[in-house]
Amino acid sequence: MDLKDKLISSFMAFENNVDIEHPVHDVRTEAMKNFELKGFPSKKEEAWKYTSLKSLQKTDFSIFPKEEGNTLEYKDVKRYFLHEIDTYKIVFIDGIYSSYLSETTHDGVDICLMSSALTKPMYKPVIDVYFNKVASKDESLTSLNTAFSREGAYIYIPKNKMPKKPIEIIHFATGNEASLLLQPRNLIIAEENAELQVIERHQSLTSNEVLTNSVTEIFAADSAIVDYYKIQNDAENASLIDNTYIDQKNKSVVKVHTFSFGGKLTRNNLNFYQNGQYIDSTMKGVTILGDKQHVDHHTLVHHIEPNCESHQDYKGIYGENSTGVFNGKIIVDKIAQKTNAFQQNNNILISDKATINTKPQLEIFADDVKCSHGCTIGQLDEDALFYLRSRGIPKKEARALLMYAFANNVLESVRIPELKARINKLIAKKLGVNLGFDL
Amino acid sequence: MLKIENLHASVEDKEILKGINLEVNAGEVHAIMGPNGSGKSTLSAVIAGKEEFEVTEGSIKLDGEDLEDVSAEERAHKGIFLSFQYPVEIPGVSVTNFIKTAINESRKARGLEDMPANKMLKLIREKSELLDIDRKFLSRSLNEGFSGGEKKRNEIFQMAMLEPKLAILDETDSGLDIDALRIVANGVNKLKSKDNAVIVITHYQRLLEYIVPDFVHVLHNGKIVKSGGKELAIELEEKGYDWLKNEAVVE
Repeated sequence: MDLKDKLISSFMAFENNVDIEHPVHDVRTEAMKNFELKGFPSKKEEAWKYTSLKSLQKTDFSIFPKEEGNTLEYKDVKRYFLHEIDTYKIVFIDGIYSSYLSETTHDGVDICLMSSALTKPMYKPVIDVYFNKVASKDESLTSLNTAFSREGAYIYIPKNKMPKKPIEIIHFATGNEASLLLQPRNLIIAEENAELQVIERHQSLTSNEVLTNSVTEIFAADSAIVDYYKIQNDAENASLIDNTYIDQKNKSVVKVHTFSFGGKLTRNNLNFYQNGQYIDSTMKGVTILGDKQHVDHHTLVHHIEPNCESHQDYKGIYGENSTGVFNGKIIVDKIAQKTNAFQQNNNILISDKATINTKPQLEIFADDVKCSHGCTIGQLDEDALFYLRSRGIPKKEARALLMYAFANNVLESVRIPELKARINKLIAKKLGVNLGFDL
Repeated sequence: MLKIENLHASVEDKEILKGINLEVNAGEVHAIMGPNGSGKSTLSAVIAGKEEFEVTEGSIKLDGEDLEDVSAEERAHKGIFLSFQYPVEIPGVSVTNFIKTAINESRKARGLEDMPANKMLKLIREKSELLDIDRKFLSRSLNEGFSGGEKKRNEIFQMAMLEPKLAILDETDSGLDIDALRIVANGVNKLKSKDNAVIVITHYQRLLEYIVPDFVHVLHNGKIVKSGGKELAIELEEKGYDWLKNEAVVE
């Protein structure tokens, strides 16, 4: 049985374990119909031309996590947390919430679980307004996630509030199953003038196969500020399909940073919808790959109203047999005058066998807009390398310094200093150097 | 200290240096002058070990050791320093961190431990004062957004920190106003000693009013066509290079 059939037949078993009377279940049922109709995307579709899910579909994934769950000692996984500072934590082990590793709150803000939000009556008014309202009802993998949506992070920040500390959402896979499919569903709402910072990470702890098909919906009301950081440095047999949908209202500022350093296959579908004026949307990414790793960044910014800005800056360094994709789509509606949309994708290939496919896609229907896009693919600058070596810095370290410098401006906007330091260390590690100072 | 014999060098099969002979001893300052395209910058890059240039004939020796198979970083460890005409911008790496890395890599190559932080700090303070460099400047990203003068001053600061045996200043005067030129030249003069040597590569005589050479060599079409004392630089300033070009043809 291929994965699609297995998922379809599993849906009935899934229904035995959720409240099918809840209105959310109508949403699930609709979504399942869409997935049944469309199935997994194939390479024949333009949006999936460079990323194949074929081999993943042949894997016999376990679809339901074992209810008893696994435990992990904090000391064994501490290094995956931003332990240098105090944070709220929503932690899952093989898809099951770990209260032991988590630190949630209901003190003025809700930082808790999707399973509560989807079942407890007190959250129903919020769920009615927001659940599955910005996520695509058309895209099949999003529908698949919606159909099985049950667990994930639920964050609600009321008007004018800001949580005391950043929030970490971490998914661990223990290798308890030979191959495991995870489908976390996150809902994040920042009401008017609210502010929050989120760090999301998926971490497999063994070389067993893991596929995560994640959907995150983010709603930023008027003047809300959301900083979202995705750390993708997963194990060799871990794959991630990340579908993030962001709805922004007037004067809100949402920044998403994606750091892709590992994993077998990573697909980022990052979608911004600007439903208001004077909105700022920022997408930044650093990708450093080696081995046979594959990362596919698909971004979309839909400028629906006038006077908004969007900024995209993705830097990629590809070594060995790694492959990368950047596809950045910008839509500017006819009424969205005075839009400023900028997109930049720069890549360095450090191996003859590495590949990058980069494609800007601009659909502009307004006439008074500033849009720019640029993509480059190059090698390291030999003159710059000579400059560093002539100062006594060996070739390997000199190359790493140049690569670091290349990616650096993406890091400037990281607003949590400890996270920035952590990313710098990950970059140095990924580049295989110890430069004698913390970058 | 440095002995160059019959040096021929090419880039992409185009011969640029066509038989250079030059000997530089400790305590000396040599100026290499010449028109654009004469091979001045190539000579400095070849001495510093740039791989793009292929040495097809002849040799470069430092303290008797042939540098043929010695990499650029190893030459730096042995005490060769090149001040670049166009220093490279490295965003995200501060001047301080860069120089620390450079010093400690050289120390590592010599089998020494990293320089203790307090000693490093003291050295940085001392050398930045010598060149009238502001502390804030040191925490900026290396060369990023630096003015021409700041870049050159930063090059000389690195030279001061690394204390090379042989410093090659490639067009250090280009892009400098007279005040910056004076500061840079003063810095170089203060760093001069009987144990080190300086090669000043320049198009104009201007810098040589401040860094007074013991020897002046004129490079034309990949060869040294004339050598002399400091008065040769003045003569060149007055007459230009054309009379030498003719002389070279006669040779």
